[in-house]
Amino acid sequence: MSSTNNTTDFSAINWAEFPNEAGHFGIHGGCFAAETLMEAIDLLRDAYFKLKDDPAFQAEFDDDLRHYVGRPSPLYHAKRWSKELGGAQIYLKREDLNHTGAHKINNTIGQALLAKHMGKTRIIAETGAGQHGVASATIAARLGLECVVYMGEVDVARQAPNVYRMKLLGAEVRPVSSGSKTLKDALNEAMRDWVTNVDDTFYIIGTVAGPHPYPLLVRDFQCVVGREAREQIQEQTGRLPDALVACVGGGSNAIGLFHPFLADESVEIYGVEAAGNGLETGQHAAPLCKGQPGVLHGNRTYLMDDEDGQIIETHSVSAGLDYPGVGPEHSWLKDIGRANYVAITDDEALNAFHALTRIEGIIPALESSHALAYGMKLAASMSPDQQIIINLSGRGDKDINTVAALEGITL
Amino acid sequence: MSRLARCFENLKANNKTALIPYIAAGDPDLSVTVPLMHHMVKQGANIIELGVPFSDPSADGPTIQLSMERALAQHISVLKVLAMVKEFRQTNTDTPVVLMGYLNPIEKMGYATFATAANEAGVDGVLTVDLPPEESDDFVKEMKANKLDCIFLIAPTTIESRISKIAEYGSGFLYYVSLKGVTGSSILDVEAVAQKLEQIRSITALPLAVGFGIKDEASATAVGKVADAVVVGSAIVKKIEANTDDSGKIMQEIGDLLLSMRKGMDNMTQEKV
Repeated sequence: MSSTNNTTDFSAINWAEFPNEAGHFGIHGGCFAAETLMEAIDLLRDAYFKLKDDPAFQAEFDDDLRHYVGRPSPLYHAKRWSKELGGAQIYLKREDLNHTGAHKINNTIGQALLAKHMGKTRIIAETGAGQHGVASATIAARLGLECVVYMGEVDVARQAPNVYRMKLLGAEVRPVSSGSKTLKDALNEAMRDWVTNVDDTFYIIGTVAGPHPYPLLVRDFQCVVGREAREQIQEQTGRLPDALVACVGGGSNAIGLFHPFLADESVEIYGVEAAGNGLETGQHAAPLCKGQPGVLHGNRTYLMDDEDGQIIETHSVSAGLDYPGVGPEHSWLKDIGRANYVAITDDEALNAFHALTRIEGIIPALESSHALAYGMKLAASMSPDQQIIINLSGRGDKDINTVAALEGITL
Repeated sequence: MSRLARCFENLKANNKTALIPYIAAGDPDLSVTVPLMHHMVKQGANIIELGVPFSDPSADGPTIQLSMERALAQHISVLKVLAMVKEFRQTNTDTPVVLMGYLNPIEKMGYATFATAANEAGVDGVLTVDLPPEESDDFVKEMKANKLDCIFLIAPTTIESRISKIAEYGSGFLYYVSLKGVTGSSILDVEAVAQKLEQIRSITALPLAVGFGIKDEASATAVGKVADAVVVGSAIVKKIEANTDDSGKIMQEIGDLLLSMRKGMDNMTQEKV
């Protein structure tokens, strides 16, 4: 594996050339799928490449983002928090203000439009925290598509409000009891469904992982986050930020923010993984910090596995980060040294959750709280004339039961 | 000539169809696997497909998933699977053994290390479900260098240009998945299988095995009429699932099932003559 290479001229890379035709980002990515899925994947790739530069399709997508999601989302200068930390100015990209409360909707709208163009009548999705499930159920309701969401039993228990939301929206939530009963198992089950019902079913993957072209198309749909932020920060401050911070589970909110800035060499990039109980305890979900490259769920990427190549159970207080793999583009950005990957523990994330809530009056998702916690540290180490953008990828209403329980409070 | 090529040649000379049972190595415990392999050969199996358990078998249905979970609870590993094949080879040097699993455990070990060890243990072929030909250049190179056949899947949805590509990368035999869905699905359309096999045969001379949906004497016999080999997976694994604490019953019930399939297939080929 190539290690960090500080001599690379990032402004000279043509970032649009990655992934290549086979879906590879360096050694990562690709299409590691069973033959039973290959036709469906080929058809998806053909349909996407036909539509991605089609002005009518883009206009339809942009119109939905504007009028249904409520974009552009604000870029908010957290002045009070910045002052209290005494370092860099913190700007929050408010994906929490999107319809359904997270960045996930950007992608589900894109994929659902794709499904519609392909003539599919049924969509399936996997979900961890439930945000992607809710976003899928939402767009399915609006387009009149049947929707089945797979969710690990453990997550069904810890994200009860989102389970109920999906049901209200008319989706069927199927609890998954195999393996560790979390996000990775929900993904396995969704792939099994897809193999079986491939004729009428579109699989909406919730993150920048899976077989090519998923990491590419999910990135494309999420890049609206970074494109807006890049314009907004220049409008508000007249220049680019010094750093970007986003949490990384599968990594879709992070790649959405990062990608439009990759060629801007002066912008430091930080992806924040879940350190759970601490990287040293082994109870975490930080494949980029502690894992090794392997193959899971259709792509090669950094993974958490044991010496026999079996995937190991992960731990994070945040269901949305509780995943043993990561999008292959992040693995590549790590290998070439364009992005730094760090980790934040459950406790640090909870502190940041409370800090933002009390100081700025914004309740963040536990996933996003990992980015906020690292952003706090980073800002404090910088000077007040510097500026960072943190992706506030989702709102925390769904997490209040979890936080209350951790603090011994019964609601 | 490879053990697989010789096996298919002998069967063809005798106008017989190969019977290939699948079990996950280490299910229900490590001590059962090798005696069960020998017993299956005695009851009519021509090739053994030995599953290498993986924590995330996303192309398999519930029966095989649970089987792998039972084996993983016994701390099965690739090295232990290879040790089982080595033990099997002490008294059986004729019956081909094909390992079937997912890529990550092999990738973790390293392709070259794995291929060398597998060849030394007496493995004949390897089928990795989540490795399509497009991603398999390095893999196939290492396996071939160690005299291991690479078995690839063909699905009902595989188009002609892909069949050619798969046939080019594959050796030993090709494995046709007879229906859509995961392992353990149940509706089998023999007429549709026959048509697809005819299309595949127009492209390649490799022997064609058919799996998915074969669960009893009738389905084995019907598929045996049109295929070179019949693979039985979930139906065998269910016998293990039903008798996890009674290895005697496991042997008995799997043996009976294979014997009935063998008889049905052999009678059918005699009719064919």
